[in-house]
Amino acid sequence: MSTVYIPAVLRPSVGGVKSLELGGATVGELVHALLERHPGLGGQLLTPEGDLNRFVNVYVNGQDVRYLEGLATPVEERDEVRLLPAMAGG
Amino acid sequence: MPKTYTELLKEAKASIREVNPQEAERLRAEGVTFIDVRETSEWDQGYIPGALHVARSYLELHIEATVPDRDAPLVLYCAGGVRSAFGAQTLQQLGYANAMSMSGGFQSWKAEGLPWTTPVVLSKEQQQRYSRHLLIPEVGSAGQARLLESKVLLIGAGGLGSPAALYLAAAGVGTIGIVDFDIVDVSNLQRQVLHASDRVGQKKVESAKQAIAALNPDVTVVGHEEMLVGDNVERIIAGYDVILDGTDTFETRYLLNDAAVAAGIPVVHASVFRFEGQLTTFIPYEGPCYRCLYPTPPPPELAPGCSVAGVLGVVPGIMGLLQANEVLKVLLGIGTTLAGRLLIFDALEAEFTELKLRRDPACPVCSDEARAARERGEAPALSAFPVDAPFVLSGAGFGGLGGAAPEGRA
Repeated sequence: MSTVYIPAVLRPSVGGVKSLELGGATVGELVHALLERHPGLGGQLLTPEGDLNRFVNVYVNGQDVRYLEGLATPVEERDEVRLLPAMAGG
Repeated sequence: MPKTYTELLKEAKASIREVNPQEAERLRAEGVTFIDVRETSEWDQGYIPGALHVARSYLELHIEATVPDRDAPLVLYCAGGVRSAFGAQTLQQLGYANAMSMSGGFQSWKAEGLPWTTPVVLSKEQQQRYSRHLLIPEVGSAGQARLLESKVLLIGAGGLGSPAALYLAAAGVGTIGIVDFDIVDVSNLQRQVLHASDRVGQKKVESAKQAIAALNPDVTVVGHEEMLVGDNVERIIAGYDVILDGTDTFETRYLLNDAAVAAGIPVVHASVFRFEGQLTTFIPYEGPCYRCLYPTPPPPELAPGCSVAGVLGVVPGIMGLLQANEVLKVLLGIGTTLAGRLLIFDALEAEFTELKLRRDPACPVCSDEARAARERGEAPALSAFPVDAPFVLSGAGFGGLGGAAPEGRA
């Protein structure tokens, strides 16, 4: 299982929790496991074509998956996956 | 057997290596560290450019902090070559095997027409005001003089800009520009500590001027009471050394990013949401820019501002001060900035997390291709930009800054 950290702005869509333990061998599998439990997140994370939205960054152990293998980036047990959308507030 | 001064000096000189001013100048060109061991009053009259100042009386006390590497070659000098000979001998006893003394001292150096410079002399009042900075070797009077000559632009005098403005002003950043067209509202005061209850209804720029003038009269505040838009952004940011992004809209953040990359000005970025903050430093072409981090803005419902979502007042306070810290490091050229790293802060957990950022090789603003196009005088096509910014990149990069100096617009 990997830990997926949910940013505050998305927490209302996942029942208010800060992180979830999810199973999956790639980032894409984790995202789909997340969306199965919380379908409301779909539009925020993925494009209609099923790619990651460009305004949400996904990091595996601190590394941006856009510079790894995107949704195909492999994820190991106990990896930390972090969803991070841009913030506007100043 | 007590020794005479002459015997002591002879002994010291025999135990160290002496170099004459011409040899010393060659070593200086190779990057060898020079230590001026004279008194402060002598240093203030002029010194060898690049030299560090550690008075003979503090040499044993301060050398380890000033030069931690005991193998580093060092050239010590004083006025005539006596104090530096004793100093070099002492340093050898401390394990600085490559400490040398310059024969003939600063007098011979000047007589041979070698380069020297005079320091910016801080007034008595400034020496007291900045004494805690002057005690830090990494700042010192040269660094403080640099801060006093620096120009920092704050985009917004709100939650992030307020604490940053106060601490940058206190630190003696000589010119602080503030872009804000808003007026002080009572709901701002929960976090915007630059303003005050009796200034509700005033323009934020005016309120900021009052607060900063009361804190530090050394600081010139330049007010830009306008909204940052495509037509004015190049003019407003021209001439500033560093920009602190404390805005609350994506339009302004992208606009600022694009213009600052084009002008070659570093931007210290932060944003906040309720209990969370994000922070990084964008140094054009050395690290990623805002578009590399977030190629497109999120839809409004996914990124509400503080006025919609709320924010714990201390969060922009903490993030704004971390921005001020980045600004000071960039200005002083010390430490390691957050370029290429995103620091995220979670106030509820009291947790900082660091994420790695990269330059996007396909970035429409800061990629090598975009940079080359800009240098050829070709502005990247506006269609490349997902945010509707009526703005064409035309800046030529470092050295291409036009317009009047910011302090002239005070």
